[in-house]
Amino acid sequence: MTKSLRLRGAVLSLAILAVFLLTWQIATTPAKTTAPSGADREYAELMGNSATGAALANGVPTPAQFASLAWKQLSDPFYDRGPNDKGIGVQLAYSLGRVALGYAIAALIAIPLGFFIGMSPLLYAALDPYIQLLKPISPLAWMPIALYTIKDSATSAIFVIFICSVWPMLINTAFGVAGVRKDWLNVARTLEVGPLRKAFLVILPAAAPTIITGMRISMGIAWLVIVAAEMLIGGTGIGYFVWNQWNNLSLGNVIFAVLMIGVIGMLLDSLFANLQKKVTYAE
Amino acid sequence: MSENFYSPYSQRSTLGGCGCGKHESLAAHDAAAERERLSRGLDAETLSRDFVEAAAVRALFPNDVTRRRFLTAVGASTAMAAIASVLPLQQMQAMAEEKGPLEKTDVKIGFIPINCATPLIMADPMGFYKQQGLSPTLKKTAGWALVRDQMLNGELDASHFLAPMPLAISMGLGSAAQPMRVATIQNINGQAITLALKHKGNRDPRNWKGFKFAIPFEYSMHNFLLRYYLAEHGIDPDRDVQLRVTPPAEMIANLRAGNIDGFFGPEPFNQRAVYDGIAFIHVLSKDIWDGHPCCAFGVSEAFVAQNPNTFAALYRAILNAAAAANDPANLPAIAAAISTPNYLNQPEIVIRQALTGRYADGLGNVQNVPDRAGFDPMPWYSMATWMLTQMRRWGYVKDDVNFDALAEQIFLMTDARKHMAALGQKEAVAEPASGYKSFSVMGRPFDPAQPKAYLDGFAIKRS
Repeated sequence: MTKSLRLRGAVLSLAILAVFLLTWQIATTPAKTTAPSGADREYAELMGNSATGAALANGVPTPAQFASLAWKQLSDPFYDRGPNDKGIGVQLAYSLGRVALGYAIAALIAIPLGFFIGMSPLLYAALDPYIQLLKPISPLAWMPIALYTIKDSATSAIFVIFICSVWPMLINTAFGVAGVRKDWLNVARTLEVGPLRKAFLVILPAAAPTIITGMRISMGIAWLVIVAAEMLIGGTGIGYFVWNQWNNLSLGNVIFAVLMIGVIGMLLDSLFANLQKKVTYAE
Repeated sequence: MSENFYSPYSQRSTLGGCGCGKHESLAAHDAAAERERLSRGLDAETLSRDFVEAAAVRALFPNDVTRRRFLTAVGASTAMAAIASVLPLQQMQAMAEEKGPLEKTDVKIGFIPINCATPLIMADPMGFYKQQGLSPTLKKTAGWALVRDQMLNGELDASHFLAPMPLAISMGLGSAAQPMRVATIQNINGQAITLALKHKGNRDPRNWKGFKFAIPFEYSMHNFLLRYYLAEHGIDPDRDVQLRVTPPAEMIANLRAGNIDGFFGPEPFNQRAVYDGIAFIHVLSKDIWDGHPCCAFGVSEAFVAQNPNTFAALYRAILNAAAAANDPANLPAIAAAISTPNYLNQPEIVIRQALTGRYADGLGNVQNVPDRAGFDPMPWYSMATWMLTQMRRWGYVKDDVNFDALAEQIFLMTDARKHMAALGQKEAVAEPASGYKSFSVMGRPFDPAQPKAYLDGFAIKRS
């Protein structure tokens, strides 16, 4: 039953893809133009219409054009032709590096702090309004403040990732720790378990699924933020790549980058999904 | 000894016969002296020394009449000795020529990917920086606000600016105040008003009430020239139309979507809109003010103070590049060099049309305007005073400012002349020597000595 469901799902997925590609092909097929002659020829050339009447290279590409463009990018992902022209692999590596750094700092602060907040109802009550206030702020709103105060665009990007990805981790850790079943804590108390042992052997495993969920949400946010941040600071990264191609009005490359952002985001998410499976327990 | 090339000691009076006795006639003597003077002008180092000397004398006697009277009274050689006794001329000449060790070679130079940045960009692929011992990193920057912020926080050592930006930043308009300097103008002319194709039949600005225009930045020549152009046609740019600050790529996207009616944009984006088949070029900026400055090459005052030799090397590289860009024969090669993904990342044919001035206008005609874009680097003081009058006119500057003092502090015209002379460029002695070149914008003459009267002459203004 489940097997046939999965099969049918895959077939439907492929059908959707086929319909999508077909629509794309129909929508972007260039209209045939006649070759201009005589005096109009120079004008046509200056306008980018070659004598053969080929479509403009800068509009939305056809699926075939897109495939060849994607192949060109993917076949040489690590080229480096100067500070403003690097391959897609190099750009993605820069972005992942920034995300890893900002995210690691966020995790290092959010998880211990969340532990404290979760263990102390007083701290929880005191800090909750601030967390709720800071949580919904957009990364783009942080950017000018960061640029102005940190005075370094690379550090600003990392700061923005940090500040946006710290909240879900913090809240989920606190929530998970606060929600550990009282019975287990009572058992630990009757057995006279020390506070450190209690934290690592009772609370941490009990709260782990909630903490990992928070980390997973944070990773999603960090990956969303990096694209926006890099579009603003320029220089390197996938966000800069999108901006640079957009500046050239090269939609094909922008679509390609969007696809790559999606693929990497999906991989990061499935990484945490696996981790989550490992720490889940049945009560 | 040969005559100083700039003739600071000359009384311009006829001598009573050939004094040296080597020539048969006065005419022959004069011709030989002139030949020698001109040959002196061909040697860059001599020219540099002469220039410093001439500048020093000019500083002593700002008024030419006084100088001539002084020379007549005491005689040229006495005057030379007298001036040498009060001015450390030799040290000054040595200082001007100094090509000491560079404080840093890995300078970071910011740029916005537009044609205006041609000299500072092409200096990289064409080797002008390397020639001066520099190995700069050219950082493509995502917007003018970011250029400003990265110059303020020192991430960039030097940058491509919109020419009014160093004035605005130095005055603290729209940012913290930090003294900036304009080393050279990057480009003159080369901008345009581009309108959506649907306005093909509506070319009279008087009918443009309710239009929405995009401009690249508040402190830009684009903003000031568009406001000027509209106001001259009776349209109040603050009340009758909407001006939106928009990055160039989004100007095109917004024009395509119908969100704006047109834009006053930098090249190659005007030409790009034509190339994409969505717009036509209504008027070139050269037809509003022929020879107007657009962008500048600037540094912070602190950078000049800390890195004088590096700054001088940058200066020479940019001036050489500007001279190369000013030669129409080089333009196709330049278009090819700067259109690559590392720099402008645009179709070469679009850049070439905007640079050479042989272009499709979007209305079905091929136009031929060789002076559509130029690269005269001289930072005339009067360009700065004009920008300041417009900032005052539209309320960006609230109080009365000393136009000349700001212009002379921020636009480094004397330095530009000095370096041009050292490179043997004849523009070093371009007139007027005062730097207050007058010009006219849409037929209205601008007298840089009378900025207040000029301001009062406008019917539409905010102050």
